[in-house]
Amino acid sequence: MSHWILIPILLPLFTGLALLIWSDRICVTRAISATSALALLAVDLLLLQRAAEGTISLYALGNWPPPFGIVLVLDRLAALMLVMTSVLALFVIWYAACDRDQPGDSLHPLIHFLLMGLNGAFLTGDIFNLFVFFEVLLLSSYALLLHGGGKERARAGFHYVVLNLAGSALFLIAVSLLYGVTGTLNMADMGQRIAQLDPADRPLAITGGLLLFAVFGLKAAVAPLYFWLPSAYAAAAGPVAALFAVMTKLGIYSMVRVYSLVFASEPGLLLPWLWPLALVTLAAGIVGVLAARELRRQVAYLVLVSVGTLLLGVAMNSQQALAASLYYLVHSTWICAALFILVDLMRQQRGLLEDTIESGPPLVQGTILGIFFFVACASVVGLPPTSGFVGKVNLMQAVSSTVEAVWVWPALLISGLLTITALSRSGTTIFWRTTGDVIAQSRAGVMPMVAVGGLLLISIVFSFAGDPVLSFMSDTAQQLADSTAYLEASSLFQPVERGDIR
Amino acid sequence: MSLLLIVLLPLLGAVLPLLTERFGRNICAAVAVAAPLISAGLIISQLPAIFAGDIPIFHVPWLSNIGLDLSLRLDGLSLMFGLLITGIGLLVIFYALYYLSNKDSIGKFYAILQLFMMAMLGIVMADNLLLLIVFWELTSLSSFLLIGYWSYRSDARKGARMALAITGGGGLALLAGALLLGHMVGSFNLSVILSNGELIRDHKLYPIALVLILLGAFTKSAQFPFHFWLPHAMAAPTPVSAYLHSATMVKAGVFLLARLYPALAGSEMWFFIVTFVGLITLVYAAYTAMMKHDLKGLLAYSTISHLGLITMLLGLSTKLAATAAVFHIINHAIFKASLFMAAGIIDHETGTRDMRKINGLWQYMPQTALLAMVAAAAMAGVPLLNGFLSKEMFFNETLHLKSLGLFSWTVPVLATIAGIFAVAYSWRFIHDVFFNGKPVDLPKFPPHEPPPFMKAPVAILVVLCLLVGIMPNLTVAPFIDAASAAVAGAELEPYEISLWHGFNLPLLMSFTALAGGLLLYSQRRGLFAFYERGFHLDEKLVFEARVQRGVRASQWITNTLENGSLQRYVAWFVGFTLVMGVVGIWPLANMTGTRPLMPLDGVSVIAAILLIAGSVGTVLIHHNRLASLLLLSVVGLIVSLIFVRFSAPDLALTQISVEVVTIVLMMLALYFLPQLSPRQSGTLRIIRDIALSGAAGIGVTVLTWAVLTRPYETIAGYFLENSVSGGGGTNVVNVILVDFRGFDTLGEITVLALAAVGILAMLRTLQLPNTSDPRSWAREIYPPILAVLARVLLPLALLVSAYIFMRGHNQPGGGFIAGLVTSVALILQYVSSGLSWIQERLRWNYRSVAALGVLIAALTGCGAFIFGYPFLTTSFTHIHWPLVGEFEIATAMVFDLGVYITVVGATLLALAQLGMLTHPSRIKRKLTEEIA
Repeated sequence: MSHWILIPILLPLFTGLALLIWSDRICVTRAISATSALALLAVDLLLLQRAAEGTISLYALGNWPPPFGIVLVLDRLAALMLVMTSVLALFVIWYAACDRDQPGDSLHPLIHFLLMGLNGAFLTGDIFNLFVFFEVLLLSSYALLLHGGGKERARAGFHYVVLNLAGSALFLIAVSLLYGVTGTLNMADMGQRIAQLDPADRPLAITGGLLLFAVFGLKAAVAPLYFWLPSAYAAAAGPVAALFAVMTKLGIYSMVRVYSLVFASEPGLLLPWLWPLALVTLAAGIVGVLAARELRRQVAYLVLVSVGTLLLGVAMNSQQALAASLYYLVHSTWICAALFILVDLMRQQRGLLEDTIESGPPLVQGTILGIFFFVACASVVGLPPTSGFVGKVNLMQAVSSTVEAVWVWPALLISGLLTITALSRSGTTIFWRTTGDVIAQSRAGVMPMVAVGGLLLISIVFSFAGDPVLSFMSDTAQQLADSTAYLEASSLFQPVERGDIR
Repeated sequence: MSLLLIVLLPLLGAVLPLLTERFGRNICAAVAVAAPLISAGLIISQLPAIFAGDIPIFHVPWLSNIGLDLSLRLDGLSLMFGLLITGIGLLVIFYALYYLSNKDSIGKFYAILQLFMMAMLGIVMADNLLLLIVFWELTSLSSFLLIGYWSYRSDARKGARMALAITGGGGLALLAGALLLGHMVGSFNLSVILSNGELIRDHKLYPIALVLILLGAFTKSAQFPFHFWLPHAMAAPTPVSAYLHSATMVKAGVFLLARLYPALAGSEMWFFIVTFVGLITLVYAAYTAMMKHDLKGLLAYSTISHLGLITMLLGLSTKLAATAAVFHIINHAIFKASLFMAAGIIDHETGTRDMRKINGLWQYMPQTALLAMVAAAAMAGVPLLNGFLSKEMFFNETLHLKSLGLFSWTVPVLATIAGIFAVAYSWRFIHDVFFNGKPVDLPKFPPHEPPPFMKAPVAILVVLCLLVGIMPNLTVAPFIDAASAAVAGAELEPYEISLWHGFNLPLLMSFTALAGGLLLYSQRRGLFAFYERGFHLDEKLVFEARVQRGVRASQWITNTLENGSLQRYVAWFVGFTLVMGVVGIWPLANMTGTRPLMPLDGVSVIAAILLIAGSVGTVLIHHNRLASLLLLSVVGLIVSLIFVRFSAPDLALTQISVEVVTIVLMMLALYFLPQLSPRQSGTLRIIRDIALSGAAGIGVTVLTWAVLTRPYETIAGYFLENSVSGGGGTNVVNVILVDFRGFDTLGEITVLALAAVGILAMLRTLQLPNTSDPRSWAREIYPPILAVLARVLLPLALLVSAYIFMRGHNQPGGGFIAGLVTSVALILQYVSSGLSWIQERLRWNYRSVAALGVLIAALTGCGAFIFGYPFLTTSFTHIHWPLVGEFEIATAMVFDLGVYITVVGATLLALAQLGMLTHPSRIKRKLTEEIA
């Protein structure tokens, strides 16, 4: 049995623990942190390669066979999420290591614990275990959010943690409801039992599913549950905000996973909700982008826009739309992270004005940051030749009926137009409408520039070399649409034979 | 391959000037011309093949999943546009070298210009509709940068944003239209789309697709009512205007109409929309151009008007309309580029563009004047110049219109009126600037001729005007043939371009226009006065005001939705959950399941009553924090008793120790809060909160009731069967925790350690305001009796926790509970003897302790790897200890030890950090910081 599947969880765990126990010198911490992130990416790529072949690998923790023990499951979707996260993490850690990890010594370990939580959530095949990893995520993200201290962060963090604790409580209620109805926690098994449920008891399982939707909706920042997001992202330290770009995507991932697997027998369960909520979320995001007075808040709302867009894709409920959504998911995660890092860099060159969208001193590295900002904005609004364009075109092509097109197309196009208007306003105000002298000592080194440039380059590569990616997304969506392979892998699974070592 | 080079070379040309700028402007310019020169050469090298009727195609699959392939074609239309783009581009590069001052970065200018050039070449050569859109949006983006080149100017910034919003928005509409077209014919390949015109026009989605595509074309080509961005784009440096508004950017719109002509044209809808939008634009813009006092403003509106003319020709769909349109595209590009350059020279030499000030320049710069006058005459449509020829063709086509029945005469009449205005504004350009008395208050005086090289591009273009005007058949005819064949998509009607067709109606219209224009100009004062009296909007301000209004409305919405009230956000969450729950549970027929209910007994009833009373009481007296906390602990206690009642001793033990620790921690936290919380909620909010929380409570009750009254089969049976044989323990709860679901436990202790890290990170830098504390505290801080008792109790408590730990695998107990018991014992030491006393004796870094616990647990899990088993696989054996007897050793116990250590570390860290907040050392440090 290969233990590779476990590495994305154990590696960040051990890294985090090591950094907590031996936290003397910051340069050692950075070296360990970055090396671990690189190794994680390598392992994730290996796993992606294995998953791309179409096999679904299981790993039974404690050698207890499913549905009794906890299993980790590696399929295409899980591998995709792992790679997306580790790429993001590598750049974020890189950026943090450019002296953006001060004060304190807990940023790096916390990042790795967050990675552990994310990777665990992506890999687990057990719904209670999913809850546990949600908790790991919640605690580490809360601590990360507070990184750097200050009143704003404390306030935003308080809102964040209280709302999410309420979400956790509801998660528990929903899981115990489902356990009470089905008597199992393994998601594949749960799905099969729900399919065989006495029709009279079906509403109980559906209630469990709908309650879970509230939980995942809160994580994904779906309207009207997104209120924690703008302040939290705007208040977080630069690297933290960038890393948080993945947090909402976890909510979307959970929806895709749970509803395609556990509620495969109730395919239309969420649809009546997803459509209006997606549109409202999108609208709220756009309004926020227009309204924002600070750049960080504007980017935070762009995250919300991406959530709305993704929900639209999920609401279309077809393989093609799911494939398009997955592409968009990866694209938007990386590009929003790039924007957060970029804005953090810009902020440091504007003195007391920070990131307020007002006329201020010219940026000392205005040209290069301006180019970065231009490319990032083009990508986030979906203009070519960036991944944003490919993602949007792909989503638009995924409509399967005129009615869908009537909703999806205007939503995507008008949101694009309004975002262009808002972002061109911010960009021209900050880069062009300048007064006074540059703040010369605020010049950033090469390394942080590489972090932003690298992420943007990936966005470009992601579109120019997008065809294999798009094919992979199609395969992923196909694997998700047909859960029989997953179930088969689960039911055929054999634990390791126990030798006589007792 | 050479097709790809043609398009991509300017991209290289975009990089080189940036790199060579440091070597001087001339070298930079020399490098900059290289790429377009080669591109133009490559296009010319394809001439023979294209004139012979071939269409070179380049095709490489790219993003085939979305139908976007790298396909290029070079047909007659692309050829004509390609030559205009590269040719005029070269002249503009040359011209800009003299136009831009030393303060402007010429490398940046060339870089963006060539980026733009690449995008334009891409548009005209794309053989894939999506690829065309990629380049289309690239022109929007790069023109944004070009228009905003002088970024320190407010009008440049606003003009750039407006252009981006309008043309970018149009591009989005075009994208939608293109997707529809692709949907209709099943391919984005232009060759396929163009040959399926019939199918497209008969498709039920055709009207929508047409409108969307026209939106894209009209916004780009500044057709009414989207024309307003163009005059404001004049804030760009003049070379940019000369390029964007003659041969490129705005021509992209009419190019698109021409390109899709075989696919879209021929329907009534196309005819009516395109013709009349073109006609309105033609007349309206010609009229407005006459009234502009700004030199570039006049040219801008004249450009709009000429674009209207071309659009209208494409809409007419008469026999030779396409040919005329193609011809006029060439002519307009040539004379308009030269006019913009001339205007730039005048601006450059006089410092102003106001025609009320610039007069009589003939005396100062006769050469420039001559060039400008010839170009303006071409714009007016004076015979022997290129503009005359295409205008005649236009007039001729307006006469062949039959579709309007009785009203057919209106079109030629309106066309003639537009012609009159065109002559008038052209004449105004000549007369106002070069004659008309003396200059008035010029910022630079006296003006003189520019350097010869600045005039050279103008001269080249003007010579072209003459050549084409006099010898059309020797110069442009083959290009027009090739291009209009590509537009029409079929064999062309034979036609002849010549200067003299005899006395006919078009000639009469031409001369009417000439004479009328001169007459109109002579009456200009009255006209200006009439125009001034009208109501005029500055579109820039309108646009800006709309954006501002949108922003303010958005801010209002956002502030209303997100008012920063956590209570409201939680209310949304609870409300949302309620909706979900109600919708889900509503169809449930029987709330109560089939399972027989257990009989009620007195103890349970009393416990339930106490539980309810405790909960309600906590809420009722929550303003008194200490008291409500005490009542809350009652709730916890009852819950643990309920666990006892239902035979779950492990849970009861855990619950009660968790209860103790949390209450102690919360007491500590209460120290920093006021004793009473103010009453802030209004009645409505209280009603809302009661309703929501009440409903949520009922909801959970209903769910619990429904589940618990149903018989159910779970995997729990498996755990009971395998607990001893597989997990080596008789305490199933513990075996589940450390073995069956040990992975969950590992996650949870990580959470605990994380909480410790978080608390440490949060409290370490926390500065609490100094609050005067009205509470009267005990005078004796550390009562000796308590201290002595606590110290005596410590070893006992540790022994108990060791006992609980050891027996955990088989009887109620385990690492978690043992850890909590140890914590309680240590907390007692803190309380009785104080922080300093403990710190002297227990020099632990609790964060590391907590982490170490998790590490031990995780490493234990890894131990299984050695034996080839998955993570966390356990093993156990029985050994015989002297004195103790038979004793079981399980790897799970090492895991449990990790749990124990984590619990102790995390709990004590929280406690110590909260205690530290009031520690004298901390306060002292704070004071010194304040003094510093």
